[in-house]
Amino acid sequence: MYTQSMDTQSAEGQPGKADGAGPEEQRFQATVDAEGKIEPRDWMPEAYRKTLLRQISQHAHSEIIGMLPEGNWISRAPSLKRKAILIAKVQDEAGHGLYLYSAAETLGQSRDQMMDALHTGRAKYSSIFNYPTLTWADVGAIGWLVDGAAIMNQIPLCRCSYGPYARAMIRVCKEESFHQRQGFDIMLSLCKGTAEQKAMAQDALERWWWPVLAMFGPPDAASVHSSQSARWKIKRVSNDELRQKFVDATVPQAELLGLEVPDDKLEWNAQRGHYDYGDIDWDDFWRVVNGEGPCNKERLAARVKAYDDGQWVRDAAMAYAEKQKAKRHKEVA
Amino acid sequence: MSEAEKPGGTGGGTPPVQEWPLWEVFIRSKQGLDHKHCGSLHATDAKQAIQMARDVYTRRNEGVSIWVVPSAAITASDPGDRESFVDPMADKIFRHPTFYDLPDELKHM
Repeated sequence: MYTQSMDTQSAEGQPGKADGAGPEEQRFQATVDAEGKIEPRDWMPEAYRKTLLRQISQHAHSEIIGMLPEGNWISRAPSLKRKAILIAKVQDEAGHGLYLYSAAETLGQSRDQMMDALHTGRAKYSSIFNYPTLTWADVGAIGWLVDGAAIMNQIPLCRCSYGPYARAMIRVCKEESFHQRQGFDIMLSLCKGTAEQKAMAQDALERWWWPVLAMFGPPDAASVHSSQSARWKIKRVSNDELRQKFVDATVPQAELLGLEVPDDKLEWNAQRGHYDYGDIDWDDFWRVVNGEGPCNKERLAARVKAYDDGQWVRDAAMAYAEKQKAKRHKEVA
Repeated sequence: MSEAEKPGGTGGGTPPVQEWPLWEVFIRSKQGLDHKHCGSLHATDAKQAIQMARDVYTRRNEGVSIWVVPSAAITASDPGDRESFVDPMADKIFRHPTFYDLPDELKHM
């Protein structure tokens, strides 16, 4: 699963200036220009570090919060097979969160600091997880559409200039394909089922389509940080390009399912070789990003509760490890 | 991801209260191959680190053997010295077999 474009927040640092860059910065940019990788202890501009730290930690938070809407359905999955698959998928998301937190930690922020930023609302996560999962078909729609959008977004990130992030993304992308297919498989089963089941699938598509398109982030014309991120080879493909790619890939899949994409303006444009699509409700997007979505409060509260409820487990595990260590020291002495 | 790879400065803010130590994970993908670094994780002790590494890094048969090493135990070379550190090896091209011109008549060597 993926977080939307990171252009939704202002950068904490100022983009590095090309003019008057010191020898270190010139060497850094030369490495990036030559498609080389930057590793944790290499010199990097402070703004590059901050941009990455913000993007990677928000990406990690999205993986963790993303477990909540689907986790809701584990106990209600329609069969043992679907339940086992869903558990495996949610477990993958936890793993993705961990790979990403580890990558972010190399930039000099502790896990606890990142957790704290999430729990106090200072850090954002993808707005898509602030929509509710009302029916089982939503679990299918999330896998098919949300994870499908994630793949579009994450594949170029495998070539990101920052080594640890690129390596984490390669691992994530390998696993993501299963997520999309299991979602499509749920949709396919529903569409082959009773009229009621098919209506459920249609309803889920209608509710998720527009939020998923918005997930790619604001239109290129309104994106503030894209050019700097592109120069640093953090973001290689623009929001609008990714969105178009997603629409082009997904519309034929909907047709195959026999579902109707909820967009009157959706039409194949032979001249462009792409689908034209309607206007995205950016007001809704910003409302959700800024905390007024249907589930913002619920998601964060569930996350904080899980963390607080688990505190005694973390404390006990640490106390046990220390006790064992003391015991070993005593035996040696 | 290792402690050794961490930059000098920290991100600022409050120091961790009691964060579990960081471990580096190495996986042997199959018998006969080297263990290879694949990532890191937090765990209270070595036993827990092994169990977590199994859950996190080998969910799809990625490995037959796991090593975990406390990140703090790794000593790394200094990236600032990279050029002078590696340079002395680069100019000794006679160490490579391709340096030597051999007569065409020589078929196998």
